[in-house]
Amino acid sequence: MRWLLMVILFLPSLAAAGEAAPLAENPQAEARLKALAVELRCLVCQNQTLADSNAPLAEDLRREVREMIAKNMSDKEIIDFLVTRYGDFVRYRPPLKTTTTLLWVGPFLLLIGGAIALVMALRRRQKKLDDVALSDAERNRVAQLLSEGANRL
Amino acid sequence: MIPEIGHYALILALCVAVVQGTVPIYGAAVRNSALMSIAKPAARGQFLLVLLAFCCLGYAFAAKDFSVLYVAATSNSQLPLHYRIAAIWGAHEGSLLLWVFILTVWMVAVSFFSTHLPEAMRARILGVMGLVSMGFLLFMLTVSNPFERLIPAAFDGRDLNPLLQDPGMVIHPPMLYMGYVGFSVAFAFAIAALLGGNLDAAWARWSRPWTTVAWCFLTVGVAMGSGWAYYELGWGGWWFWDPVENASFMPWLAGTALIHSLAVTDKRGSFKAWSVLLAILAFSLSLLGTFLVRSGVLTSVHAFATDPKRGLFILVFLAVVIGGSLMLYAWRAPRVGLGGGFSIISREGMLLGNNVLLVAALGSVLLGTLYPLFLDALDLGKISVGPPYFDTVFVPLMTPAIFLMGLGPLAQWKQASLPELAMRLRWAFGVSVVTALVLPIVMGQWTPLISLGLLLAIWILTTIAVDLRERLALAGGGGSLFGRLAAMPRAYWGMVLAHCGLALFIVGVTMVKGFEAEQDVRMNVGQTATLGGYTFRFDGTQPYKGPNYIAARATIHVSQDGREVTVMYPEKRRYTVQNQTMTEAAISPGFLRDLYVSLGEPLEDGAWSVRLYHKPFIDWIWGGCLVMATGGVLAISDRRYRLAWRRKEVEVPAGTQMARQIVS
Amino acid sequence: MNRFLIPLGIFVVVVGFLGIGLTLNPRELPSPLVGRPAPDFSLPQLHDQQKVLSANDLKGKVWLLNFWASWCGGCKTEHPVLIQLAQSGVVPIYGMDYKDKREDALAWLKEWGNPYPIVAVDESGRAGINYGVYGVPETYVIDKAGVIRYKQIGPLNGDVLQTKILPLIKELQNQ
Repeated sequence: MRWLLMVILFLPSLAAAGEAAPLAENPQAEARLKALAVELRCLVCQNQTLADSNAPLAEDLRREVREMIAKNMSDKEIIDFLVTRYGDFVRYRPPLKTTTTLLWVGPFLLLIGGAIALVMALRRRQKKLDDVALSDAERNRVAQLLSEGANRL
Repeated sequence: MIPEIGHYALILALCVAVVQGTVPIYGAAVRNSALMSIAKPAARGQFLLVLLAFCCLGYAFAAKDFSVLYVAATSNSQLPLHYRIAAIWGAHEGSLLLWVFILTVWMVAVSFFSTHLPEAMRARILGVMGLVSMGFLLFMLTVSNPFERLIPAAFDGRDLNPLLQDPGMVIHPPMLYMGYVGFSVAFAFAIAALLGGNLDAAWARWSRPWTTVAWCFLTVGVAMGSGWAYYELGWGGWWFWDPVENASFMPWLAGTALIHSLAVTDKRGSFKAWSVLLAILAFSLSLLGTFLVRSGVLTSVHAFATDPKRGLFILVFLAVVIGGSLMLYAWRAPRVGLGGGFSIISREGMLLGNNVLLVAALGSVLLGTLYPLFLDALDLGKISVGPPYFDTVFVPLMTPAIFLMGLGPLAQWKQASLPELAMRLRWAFGVSVVTALVLPIVMGQWTPLISLGLLLAIWILTTIAVDLRERLALAGGGGSLFGRLAAMPRAYWGMVLAHCGLALFIVGVTMVKGFEAEQDVRMNVGQTATLGGYTFRFDGTQPYKGPNYIAARATIHVSQDGREVTVMYPEKRRYTVQNQTMTEAAISPGFLRDLYVSLGEPLEDGAWSVRLYHKPFIDWIWGGCLVMATGGVLAISDRRYRLAWRRKEVEVPAGTQMARQIVS
Repeated sequence: MNRFLIPLGIFVVVVGFLGIGLTLNPRELPSPLVGRPAPDFSLPQLHDQQKVLSANDLKGKVWLLNFWASWCGGCKTEHPVLIQLAQSGVVPIYGMDYKDKREDALAWLKEWGNPYPIVAVDESGRAGINYGVYGVPETYVIDKAGVIRYKQIGPLNGDVLQTKILPLIKELQNQ
């Protein structure tokens, strides 16, 4: 009987030395937090995301976001919450506004502009090289010189 | 005493630099051989003087001389010797000394390996490099003196930032600077050609090896920075599009464009003005990077301590050097001839298409990096531009460039035909598309981005295979396969290797981003966690004492299918001088995957929060970069360069002109 | 000739911006809440935990809200300025003890003086987040209607007080 008691007493510790539990209470919510935090800026760090920072403010903000996720707020609502308080600075993905149009459209413009400039430059130099073509009078002179040369040989 | 010798050596070096920067260039303008011949001894003299200064600073660090302010700020009596030496470039002043030292190394290299260049050209090149070093020496001697004394001397130093106490610190900055500063040679070549008015294909031929060597160093330097961030920072990331990272990546993009454009200028004598502009651009971006890191204009993890006075000096220097070069360009470039003609669909056209794409990518990175500054300066608010922007913008720009990589080497010079290329590449395209669509499904997860990445990588490899097969067939029937392969020029193998390196890089990035897995667990002693098919067992922590830190070192046994694979020892360190805690991740590298474990916080009863990562193919990222750099080295060792270096100095007659050159 | 000047032109523009950039501080974050209603809070008072301080109670007068903590070095720097301002009686300064321990805060005020008629305790930092606080000290000027009119990031000093804050307070009080 005693050994049965011992086994029963030991069972919980055997269970503990098994599979490690996830750090977060709610892994799904934590995954959502991570997806959001990777795109948010830690405001007191030298360029780090909210996900990677150990700063106290970063921990507070992660806690806020976790609570908002628990309240079933959408991603947009959570980001708006932070932007209302801290401005667009907190977002690593710049929003598309009038002031950031050049930012988002710029690369595309550079590509198109560059391609057009290249084609134009190539066409321009083709024309210039073609312009060197000899006129008829010069062509006759060349033929004459060549035949003279052949005669001399 | 020794620091004063170092200081004095720098002052002497400045005097030599002033002479080197002015006399040979003047001598070249008036064709005075005696004045021009000052360039070589001046360059070598400057190297010796700066070397002396560098050694003096190194001695101050090795001897723990805390009466030197810089040593007191970045070193400590308990810091091991190799880190004390690396601390030379651990902060602003010393890293400037490293910058100038490496510049003098390149100067000396130019002075030795330029016997085949006309004297006037060499004089101008060394002269321009002398002007650059003059600016930096002046900067150091006025507002950034590494030899400044601290009276009374500190009892002990403030210690090097724990994040920098790592082997990466010993190699990464010197490699990076060799690349960064190496572009000053290409720049000097370009300015010399503009000054002398002899911008021709020969200039491109001479400039190519120097550009390629600098590019190789920069490739290794940037890759090392990324690898170092990966294992040092503890969260498994390897590229953050941080302003300072971008500052080193933009010259790399410009350098890559330059290498390809020089190929066109060398072979066909065309687009000389464009190559010159790219050379100026590459070095300008190096200088811009130097400015961004030290001026405080942008926030970055990598930034040195900032001081507006220093920022202003560099900005003025930047404005003078680059503004002057661009003015010279605007004045002289229009007179340059056109060189050989070619149609839009041709190898030249595709190489230039590559240039357009690379410059567009470069421009986008620059735009994103500086945009917050633009808006703030115009009082339009504060924004952040981070990885989400750059990732979104960079991939669509690089995709067509990589597609062109497949077409370019197969296209003929001067005139190629798209239908004909499509015909030759139809199998390569088919295989690439099918494999890219099927492979991710086989591996367990399909997303469009994974397929795209694999498509690009396989496309590069299959088109190289097609090209190789065609060339072997052309090489004729005689000789063994190996003989025919060996007979192909090294420059070709260099290109093949470099492009393969890029393919490996793309595979690494695609696989890691597509398939990496992470777990955040609380582990009690004896507990296990599984990730990616591996089982990790936490066996508790032991205290461990390092030279200048105390740590809690955990033991983690890793097994796969019951067999033990490895034991990992992540640490949580506290560096005693600055009282800073740091997590030192444990990494088990492998050909096909990395296992990455980092300790979080201690919990109750000896348990810890642990973060586990499984990162497939991640070492292919840096392996690919190393292969790229090796390709570059192979290309430089091509026969024509080896012969050129052995050739004596050649006088190029002034009247030599390219055929079909228009003098406007 | 003209298209060869384009690189120089672009460069001049970039250098111009970089030059302006040298005068700016990239880490300073101006508040988007200026001109918006001050977020409400209802927090226990430091000296009397039974009582509560609420932002709504303070409507009808111009007041300053000063976020501080006993562990904050900059707060020590600005403290004499606050004491002087409180003694002048121009405007009431309400304190918000941010992420601090009660005993430490009380001891700190005892040692350095208390310019605040009431101090609220924001132990969790939540009120701070609502106000967009990212460091201490930070001070807000709030008008009679409860709208934030100005935010001072970092310690207050005599200059800023004289040139910006006091004139603004006068203007708001006359409304």
